[in-house]
Amino acid sequence: MKEERKGRRDFMGMALGACAAVGGVGALYAAKRTWDPLPSVKAAGFTTIDLSTAKPNELVIEKWRGKPIFVLKKTPQMKENPRDIVIGSDRFLVTIGLCTHLGCIPAYQKDNLLFFCACHGGKFDTSGINEPGLPPPSPLEIPPFKIQGTKLVLGEEGPEYKKMLADGIAV
Amino acid sequence: MAHFEKANSLGEWFEQRIGLSTLNRVLNTEYWIPKDINFLWAMGMLLAATFGLLVISGIFLLMYYKPDSNLAFDSVNYTIMSQVGYGWLWRHIHGVGASIIFLVIYIHMFTGIYYGSYKRGRELIWLSGMALFVAFSAEAFSGYMLPWGQMSYWAGMVITNLFSGGSLEAYGLVEWIRGDYVPGDAFLTRFFMLHVLLLPLAIIGLIVFHFGALRLPHVNNQQGAEIDFKEAAELYKAGKKKESKVIPFSPVFLSKDVFVMGVYFILFFYLVFYNFEFAMDPVNFDPADGLKTPAHIYPEWYFLWSYEILRPFGKDVGLVAFGIAQLALFFLPFIDRSPNVAPAHKRGLFVVWFWVLIIDMIVLTAMGKLPPTDPTFALIGKLAAWTFLALGPILVLITSFEKKIGKGA
Ligand code: HEM
Ligand code: FES
Repeated sequence: MKEERKGRRDFMGMALGACAAVGGVGALYAAKRTWDPLPSVKAAGFTTIDLSTAKPNELVIEKWRGKPIFVLKKTPQMKENPRDIVIGSDRFLVTIGLCTHLGCIPAYQKDNLLFFCACHGGKFDTSGINEPGLPPPSPLEIPPFKIQGTKLVLGEEGPEYKKMLADGIAV
Repeated sequence: MAHFEKANSLGEWFEQRIGLSTLNRVLNTEYWIPKDINFLWAMGMLLAATFGLLVISGIFLLMYYKPDSNLAFDSVNYTIMSQVGYGWLWRHIHGVGASIIFLVIYIHMFTGIYYGSYKRGRELIWLSGMALFVAFSAEAFSGYMLPWGQMSYWAGMVITNLFSGGSLEAYGLVEWIRGDYVPGDAFLTRFFMLHVLLLPLAIIGLIVFHFGALRLPHVNNQQGAEIDFKEAAELYKAGKKKESKVIPFSPVFLSKDVFVMGVYFILFFYLVFYNFEFAMDPVNFDPADGLKTPAHIYPEWYFLWSYEILRPFGKDVGLVAFGIAQLALFFLPFIDRSPNVAPAHKRGLFVVWFWVLIIDMIVLTAMGKLPPTDPTFALIGKLAAWTFLALGPILVLITSFEKKIGKGA
């Protein structure tokens, strides 16, 4: 009799435990999904910027997905780089304007031809390449883009962007 | 139904039903505190009291604060500060309290380190204390987001980016924490939830645990002396209060605590009324702007030392160093290899180690506040960061060779 009771109690305990475990895992998943970005946030993804008005060595800051986008029309003296976006005879640096260290916005120093990040002292050149030995580990990121005439659609992946991806220039 | 007699007084009525006098005996009148302690042992109660003030002022702020990225800034800086009657008072108490509580936490921690109050039975006190430190850090950070000023936004940006794990590039995790590509409305509302509900609950739970972990080992004393609490308590209860090495927590010790608290609160409210600016960063009086980083970003003073351990290194090394710095103090009871529970000045090299640690943390704090442009200061910061990291292994070494002190006192 005693043995039998113990068996039944154990069974009740295990049944409850198993159901609670399944429910717990489900609840964790729901909690995880609740913290995910909302569909409205994810959908607000595309911005078109016009490059024809840009002036050489004048930084323009656009906005895409809440992030600043650097647009710098290069002067002929500035070093060429495969990261440049070429439209006709013009070369542009177009990157996400957030430091690859921890995400501050570097300031463009026109006279020194470099981006300086005030947070921890990171530096990037006019091709967005980080100066070695400083906190930022990688160049400024290139956002997905598609060229349409003199315009750029951010958020869409055009052939030039796909090529950069394949070459490991964009991430 | 259990048997109940008719109660002759309200006290007796409660006694029958909930047994308050047992609780009172265990927590107050027969909770024995060594006589040989000083004002540094009042820091714990100062922390509890300051936490109470933060809760109360927070409740009043909560009545007008709006957790919405469009409304938050004005609800604080306009509505609460200039429209709500005495709204400024709650905000000043809350801001000064959040800053000062860290000063007291640091004093409390270093008292524990100086007197060796983290080992030989007191490990759980130390671990729960460190958990409280982490919980308070999270609480302070989440609260700092709420006014949605420039420093809120950019501190939120930088700190959440830490979770990308450097070269692991876990940006998905960062976006998940934010609920957005950048800190936005979803970010603000979830940190609001953490700040006003989940973290305070966790802190209250941890405080109860911290107090519970104190009950059996009892608080340490100035000599680290082992006390026979049973014997000392018997002496005290027999009326031999002079001969006994202990006093009851309440009312005897508590009255001393209350005295220290009185002095502390005079200072505290002086700051609240006349010198609150130090707790209110001017940059945070500009509304959040995702397209403009302030010229120089720095955290509140109490995070500067760990920030400075992150800053001088490259991204990955910096993250690892930062992670070690956050966790290192947790392990103190286990990396201190010496069996001695004694004040630092009786433990040979340990006292040197202790003061180097304090000076190093002060240097890190000072360097962390400076902009990253001056190479001399950057070098000093880097040396101080290396010193901090080296202090762990050095402690293992010097405590392994520490002479055992006889337990006479
Ligand atoms: C707001 C948070 C905290 C509260 C309310 C609090 C409260 C207290 C109280 C009331 C005591 C007993 C009286 C005393 O010795 O001061 C105590 C002791 C202690 N606390 Fe905390 N504490 C907090 C945070 C911490 C932190 C961050 C640490 C360090 C990791 C810590 C470590 C200790 C230790 C080691 C003791 C034992 C001291 C001894 O035995 O002499 N506490 N705490
Ligand atoms: S965020 Fe730019 S250097 Fe750290």
